[in-house]
Amino acid sequence: MASSDRSGARTICDLMGKAAIFQRGFNQAWVWSWPAFALVFLLGFIVFLAGAGSPYLQRTVTAMLINVCIVVGFYLFVGNSGIFSFGHISFVAIGAYVSGLLTIAPDTKHILLPNLPAVMAGWELSTPAGIAVGGLAAAAMAAVLAVPLMRMSGIGASIATLGVLIIVIVVIGNLTSITGGLSGMLGLPLDTTMSSALLCACIAIAGAYIFQRSGSGLLLRASREDVAAATSLGINIWRERSIAFVLSAFLTGLGGGLFGHFVGAINPDAFYVGMTVTVSAMLIIGGVRSLTGAVLGTILVSALTEILGNTALFHLPIPPGVSTVALATLMLGILIFRPQGITSGAELKWVDPRGLGAWLSSRLPAARVRPGESGR
Amino acid sequence: MNLFLQSLIDALSFAGVYALIALGIALIFGVMNLVNFAHGELVMVAGYVFFLLQGAPWPLVIVATVCAAVITALLMERVAFRPVRSADPTTLLVTSFAVSFLLQSIAMLTMGARPKSIEVPAFVGESIAIGGLRVPKLELVTIALAFVLLMALNVFLRRTALGRQMRAAAEDFQMARVLGVRADTIVAMAFALSGILAGCLAVIYVAQTASVSPVIGLQLVLIGFVSTVIGGLGSLEGAAIGGFVLGFLTVMIQTILPPELRGYRDAVVFAIVITILLIRPHGLLGSLRRSDYL
Repeated sequence: MASSDRSGARTICDLMGKAAIFQRGFNQAWVWSWPAFALVFLLGFIVFLAGAGSPYLQRTVTAMLINVCIVVGFYLFVGNSGIFSFGHISFVAIGAYVSGLLTIAPDTKHILLPNLPAVMAGWELSTPAGIAVGGLAAAAMAAVLAVPLMRMSGIGASIATLGVLIIVIVVIGNLTSITGGLSGMLGLPLDTTMSSALLCACIAIAGAYIFQRSGSGLLLRASREDVAAATSLGINIWRERSIAFVLSAFLTGLGGGLFGHFVGAINPDAFYVGMTVTVSAMLIIGGVRSLTGAVLGTILVSALTEILGNTALFHLPIPPGVSTVALATLMLGILIFRPQGITSGAELKWVDPRGLGAWLSSRLPAARVRPGESGR
Repeated sequence: MNLFLQSLIDALSFAGVYALIALGIALIFGVMNLVNFAHGELVMVAGYVFFLLQGAPWPLVIVATVCAAVITALLMERVAFRPVRSADPTTLLVTSFAVSFLLQSIAMLTMGARPKSIEVPAFVGESIAIGGLRVPKLELVTIALAFVLLMALNVFLRRTALGRQMRAAAEDFQMARVLGVRADTIVAMAFALSGILAGCLAVIYVAQTASVSPVIGLQLVLIGFVSTVIGGLGSLEGAAIGGFVLGFLTVMIQTILPPELRGYRDAVVFAIVITILLIRPHGLLGSLRRSDYL
């Protein structure tokens, strides 16, 4: 009896020990993944609120979520590598066009794009599959481009990515038999809903967060701070940059597919400098070097554009174009006065609820510790 | 032979314009490592001043146009670029991108998005016959103006104290400052010069197209980027030569490419640019100075 009691006690102790280890592991995992969860919760909350709103509000929120997907994908490369890319919108375009080619019904395609090569004319996939393949196509293009492009750094790389954007847009504009040329591609199934956009935004956030905390992401961040030091430590910068470039292209491509199925008609002009400016502004205003910045920047800019663009809201005659000027001014102001954006490059920090009281009381003026009482 | 000469004159007038844009960008890159995305917007602002002053005597309009570009350039430097001068080149590039976007959106807000047409004097459209060739007067004026400006800039940079200080600053900004070159003066001077180049360019541009719209800056600034990349970022001679090379290349590609592929001209040009950036990152001529921003 006694021995079995003891073994029972041992088992309990053992279990408690394991539970403690598990608890600690869980706490660590929670603290580790907190910023990503917080952002997902935030978006989920916005969608929850919008669910009760008007269809117009829901459309606005959907557009914002698509932008979150694109901006987070853009951030994954720019934020971690420190290279500002002007070419990412070409991946958005690839995602949208590939998904469009795959999902428009063959009968419709026959009418809209009569000169389409026979192989492509027969393609028909469901919209989610089309969007996924669009993302993969963008990633594949990035993998090919990475071989030469990721060898460059700084301004050279930025100008080269600008070149990529122009090449892609010119090719799309001239491949009339496949893309519909300058007049664009019509009839994409309008299947992007608020929940599908939320899903993709969450995938993008999770992907970007896991990457930036992964070995590859940390090596890339090291190379961003000091190329020479990173190289001397044996980091293969080309490899880490390429990984980020391909992942980033996949996420931006997904965003492109969502965008295509959101607006239904796409043309090369939609994916040129205008979208590049908007997406860059969202990332710069939020903070180029943090995922939190990418998401918050997108939410803030979307809200700002919506409020200033919506004249009915104030019953004031705000001329169209004021929102663009405001956006440009805000972007310039942030660059001058707070170059790392509103988040200053930081992620959200997990605040332990048990420490919260102490932290609060240390912040409140009344509870400030006087010199004589320090150390209490 | 006639066709060849005709293309040569076309190419020269293209090349002169391209060299002017490239120099405006290279001057500023030289002194502060800033690839100025907003350079095209100087031309746009000057173009609108030209539009607003229509009807006034021509010399006055031209002087006002150039002044407008210079003032905009100086304002741009003071308000946007001076606070971020010590930032890394990428931040500078992004800042100029934001400035460009701001000026463009202001132009759209105040002047509207549609192109404004401008009346130009009739002689601009005339051409003269030289030995069996019909040469548009405008092309001759363009070539002459580009030539004069390039020569004047050359004299300024080589013969005057300020110009020499500027070349020194373009070589090594820190060292030049240590030796007593005043940073603010030199940078402001570089912007003023790029403003003069942009103002003259605006006059040529308006005379050629007889219109101005908020988005003309982009095409121009792209041409400037390509030329400076061909000549090697940071080298003034390189930029001028890069402009000439690009001007000839554009005319050549236009004549060589079969008509059904002409639409791809820009794609071909940028593919060449990326190749140059890869294999000759210091430009086709390969400046001897090893720069650390590429």
